[in-house]
Amino acid sequence: MSQKKTDRREFLKRSAAVAGAVGLGAVKPAIGQDNANTPVAPEPGAFIRGSDEMTAYGTRSRFVDSVRIPHGGRESPDSFGLDFHIATPLQDSVGEITPSSLHYMGTTRGSFVPDIDPDEHRLMVHGMVDNPIVFSMEDLKRMPSVTRNHFIECAGNRSRSQHTSIQQTHGMTSNAEWTGVLLSTVLKEAGVHADADWVVAEGVEEVKGASSIPMAKAMDDCLLCYGMNGEPVRPQQGFPLRLLAPGFEGIFNVKWLRRIKVVDEYYMTYNDFGHLTRDPVNAALGYQIGPKSVITYPSGSQQLPGAGFYEIGGLAWSGGGRVSRVEISTDGGRSWKDADIRGTAHPMAHTRFSYEWEWDGAECELQSRCIDEIGQIQPSRQQALDFWSTNGERATFVKGQDNSIQPWRVASDGSVHNAIS
Amino acid sequence: MRLAKQWTALNTFRTLLLLPLLVVGVVSVQAQSPTYGVGRTPTDNEIRLWDIAIGPKGEELPVGSGSVDMGSELYLSKGCAGCHGTLGNGGMAPRLIKRDAGPNADPWDYGRVLPIRSPYATTVWDFINRAMPLGAEGTLTPDEVYSLTAYLFFLNDVVEDGTELNERTLPQIQMPNRTNWEQVPDWLPGQPRLEGYPY
Repeated sequence: MSQKKTDRREFLKRSAAVAGAVGLGAVKPAIGQDNANTPVAPEPGAFIRGSDEMTAYGTRSRFVDSVRIPHGGRESPDSFGLDFHIATPLQDSVGEITPSSLHYMGTTRGSFVPDIDPDEHRLMVHGMVDNPIVFSMEDLKRMPSVTRNHFIECAGNRSRSQHTSIQQTHGMTSNAEWTGVLLSTVLKEAGVHADADWVVAEGVEEVKGASSIPMAKAMDDCLLCYGMNGEPVRPQQGFPLRLLAPGFEGIFNVKWLRRIKVVDEYYMTYNDFGHLTRDPVNAALGYQIGPKSVITYPSGSQQLPGAGFYEIGGLAWSGGGRVSRVEISTDGGRSWKDADIRGTAHPMAHTRFSYEWEWDGAECELQSRCIDEIGQIQPSRQQALDFWSTNGERATFVKGQDNSIQPWRVASDGSVHNAIS
Repeated sequence: MRLAKQWTALNTFRTLLLLPLLVVGVVSVQAQSPTYGVGRTPTDNEIRLWDIAIGPKGEELPVGSGSVDMGSELYLSKGCAGCHGTLGNGGMAPRLIKRDAGPNADPWDYGRVLPIRSPYATTVWDFINRAMPLGAEGTLTPDEVYSLTAYLFFLNDVVEDGTELNERTLPQIQMPNRTNWEQVPDWLPGQPRLEGYPY
């Protein structure tokens, strides 16, 4: 036993020495510092020594430093440990899936994230049903499941002129592969009464955040999710159970879900009050996310090394269904060409697009425009502001969710800037 | 039971005629029974304990009562004033007293103030009960929530001084915006966000 300990100590000491030597000796040129006069073949500068941590859960490369940031200049966590909105680094995104660790987070009021033991957690389905049911997490995992790609977007995800990066302008949307039970499966199991029109979904966090959701949506595609990107939903995303209302504003996707109550009228409960309006247009716009897209590369604050070929890349999504087409303009919206859809366009999911572009080195403005399967077309900022302008009074703010086109200006020095006014 | 009685009352000929109807009847009864049988049935007590979503009809309201007077004391002793201001304004938390909008004011001109803008009195009760006070959510007794609700309604001229509210009287309060708001249009899968929006 003591011999073992000594061995282990000896081993650690030696490892430290090796690690130190590697740290000092890492002088090999890194890949990317090309110099045609002194050619070198790419070699790693060092090796990652295996560790219990690497074995158990893995970590990303120390050269990858992409992180989330608090949104809107509000500290998160604050001095009390409350989490506020946190934005995902879309500028670094590839593909369609947002890694769970980088998924944006929204909160109803600033939240302490509940630390829930899944063995203790329960979901109650009751109200206007024949058979009220209490499910444990184990029960839910016995039910027929589905796995689907869906985005979530905060209704407040909007570009402002003072924003410099896409993380600020669009970082409040993310896309994940969600696994769980269709809410309709559970509602049918409970036997919903014919005159029930709404469900109230409620979380277990300190404010018991709750939303009224139309029965048509509940029966269509809402999901009770326990899985996210191949593992349990993360605590900030509602572990152990969250509701997904695909394509609806972020706040409807109730986290830490404990209760579904079937009712016969709009309940005007906690989250609903924020949607209270007397403007029928605002009311109609307060549910479903409009068709939207954004170029992730090149985007604000990025730097192009010089003229030449680039694959413009970006993400498109819509609360109305699948993305059917994305168009690109490299001349500030004067002319448009079809982008290529990469991968598969899932309903209510981020869809990756790209466009092959030869930059001539002159200042230009890049835009993308999403068209979805039900024919909705992402409006320009001008069009959206025209809609909200009344009696000659010029609107300066797009009410409700702002899905207008994001322009990026590429300066002749290759720097990229937010071009909204 | 009823089926069995009908069955014995019918002669064979009529039974044969009705057989398809009986089959339909049985199928529709089965559609309301669980398919998977997973999970358990909650007790009535359990449902009452969990059910804190108070609808406009107020059916879920617990038995209890509270007064404007008690509410004004609780507003200070529970720390409401610390965040919302002594008179319901001027604090760092949302305003709780209507703005002066002159005589014959449109209720929407009072500002985004929950105890005057909400179309239902139940929403105010639900909100306080669910989410207040900050850091001690869920600790108020039903009587305390009735009292605080009554006090906020008094501050906003919804009820008179001396009013006492309980589970029967609270849902009957006529809020000025009771019908003065727009419900979202019926949502259907595959419909545009809003016809006529610039697309």
